[in-house]
Amino acid sequence: MRGHGETLSEKVLARASGLEEVVPGQIVEGNVDLAMMHEQGAQTVAPFHQMGAEKVWDPERVVIAIDHWVPASTEGAAVLHRILRKFADEVNLPHFYDVGRHGICHQILAENGWVVPGDLAVGTDSHTNMLGAMGAVATGIGPTEMAAVLALGHLWLKVPPTVQVRVRGHFGPGVTAKDLVLKILGEVRTTGGQYKAVEYAGSTVAGLSMPERFTLCNMTTEMGAKTGLVAPDQKTFDYLAKIAKHPMHPLLPDPDASYERLVDIDVDGMPPMVACPYSPDNVRPLPDVVREHVKVDQAFLGSCTNARIEDLREGAALMKGQKVAKGVRFIVSPASTAIYEQCLAEGIIETFTEAGAVFTNSSCSACFGGNMGILAPDEVCASSSNRNFPGRMGAKEARIYLMSPAAVVATAIKGEIADPRENA
Amino acid sequence: MQPIIEGRVWTLGADVDTDQIISGKYLTIIDPNELKKHVFEIALPEFAKEARPGDILVAGENFGCGSSREHAPQAMRAIGVGAVVADSFARIFYRNAINLGIPTIEARGVRSLFSTGETARVDLPRGRITNVSSGKFLEFPPLPTHLLELLEAGGLVEKVRRELERNRSAGTVRS
Ligand code: SF4
Repeated sequence: MRGHGETLSEKVLARASGLEEVVPGQIVEGNVDLAMMHEQGAQTVAPFHQMGAEKVWDPERVVIAIDHWVPASTEGAAVLHRILRKFADEVNLPHFYDVGRHGICHQILAENGWVVPGDLAVGTDSHTNMLGAMGAVATGIGPTEMAAVLALGHLWLKVPPTVQVRVRGHFGPGVTAKDLVLKILGEVRTTGGQYKAVEYAGSTVAGLSMPERFTLCNMTTEMGAKTGLVAPDQKTFDYLAKIAKHPMHPLLPDPDASYERLVDIDVDGMPPMVACPYSPDNVRPLPDVVREHVKVDQAFLGSCTNARIEDLREGAALMKGQKVAKGVRFIVSPASTAIYEQCLAEGIIETFTEAGAVFTNSSCSACFGGNMGILAPDEVCASSSNRNFPGRMGAKEARIYLMSPAAVVATAIKGEIADPRENA
Repeated sequence: MQPIIEGRVWTLGADVDTDQIISGKYLTIIDPNELKKHVFEIALPEFAKEARPGDILVAGENFGCGSSREHAPQAMRAIGVGAVVADSFARIFYRNAINLGIPTIEARGVRSLFSTGETARVDLPRGRITNVSSGKFLEFPPLPTHLLELLEAGGLVEKVRRELERNRSAGTVRS
């Protein structure tokens, strides 16, 4: 179907740049609705001053959330945090999620309503794509570019062509949005979304909850895409009803929108999936991997992809009354302080610690190999995060398998890669 | 930025992600001169010691995928990399590198045109990369004007500095 209507990202970018319409390939100046920085934002400060900028274009549209090393686990991280605190004071940025109110930056944006339908949001992190689940164009930029955004409030963007991923069917037991996005990655591959927008549509996507849509859009980054979006609907509005920080401009793709490519996915009968080393698109059905008896040294339930309360609840339900296998280090890290508190209230922390897991404070934790839970050479890790490139979680020889939270818990219990449906 | 760039080539494979360019453990380093000691530690271990200013990197598909860490192109700039040419780039790396003023060129098929140690000549306005050692060449779509201007200014910092200055003097004229 190649019509003449506009896709969702085209509409959002037209709105952001004050144009009637835009076409793929066009370079536009987009006005930013929300700018987010984490520790990498410390590198924004020097270029901001070098540019001769004196003030931030709109302090009410800027969020700082530290998350990679919280509380600071190295002297270097402590310095980054201090640079950001000082900068926030100097240029008067009130929305700083510092230690104690902290969380993974994308989760902080989501749960506090910082990104709403129709927004153009940018962040100094590649998984800023996650916020596309709000029906927004949300994308990662570097810290120098962020300095320009802070100074001017706009940035150049090339309008991307759109790939539409249409999903139909119902998830079977033990199958989740994570398995769906892994399945899509297996089809689209890590280069299939390069410079493109990925629009998720179809009855299955309409049926996903907001947290599930966050997981889906989060891993659009692994497809190489500029942004991943879900058209806003009643679920989006309900989620944002009490928390939206600024007015919404809900936009929908035209029924005759012109897509560069259509990808059809049917989840009926789809098994859980797993991304094997060393690429998020090296995806296989989980039962095939289970048959190979892959022993693990570590299991990680965390990251911006899958550490929301729904993920931890589901994990705790499987963990209840079970033990972490001997020889396995199981790390559980909620995505935000609010989720941590919720886990405390629901007894989830107790369930995990009683089973022999380490339940940590909220941060990126073991996800990126620079903070904690670092892997030694040749170790194997089952993870609910989003990347398994060489060296991602420590030693470059370490092997990371990406899977759903339920599969991570099943694996922690069994000591080798396991199918959560066996424990159900 | 010179319109024609010539330099010694280092080749890299496909899917070299930013973790392989600057590993996660160095992310708290801010000083580019410190960072450059660790560049390509995983993908090309001898590079940090042996690279000379003006050397050209030639990579396969999806160069710079993974984290949005600007440390990667910053370390390359600190080394003085003359240009990065690849079959294709990951988008954030591409933006970061251009914003830092590094000529970053997508030329499909370039990886198979070169071996490490050969000499490349990149003609930016014309959109042509030549293997001076073998005489073979390849055309690529020239960069859009917007990006050429960015490179000519020496990167985004300089470009925005000029823009802010213009705004300020325009403000003065009006008041
Ligand atoms: S949890 Fe992992 S992927 Fe997400 S922002 Fe943190 S380091 Fe990046």
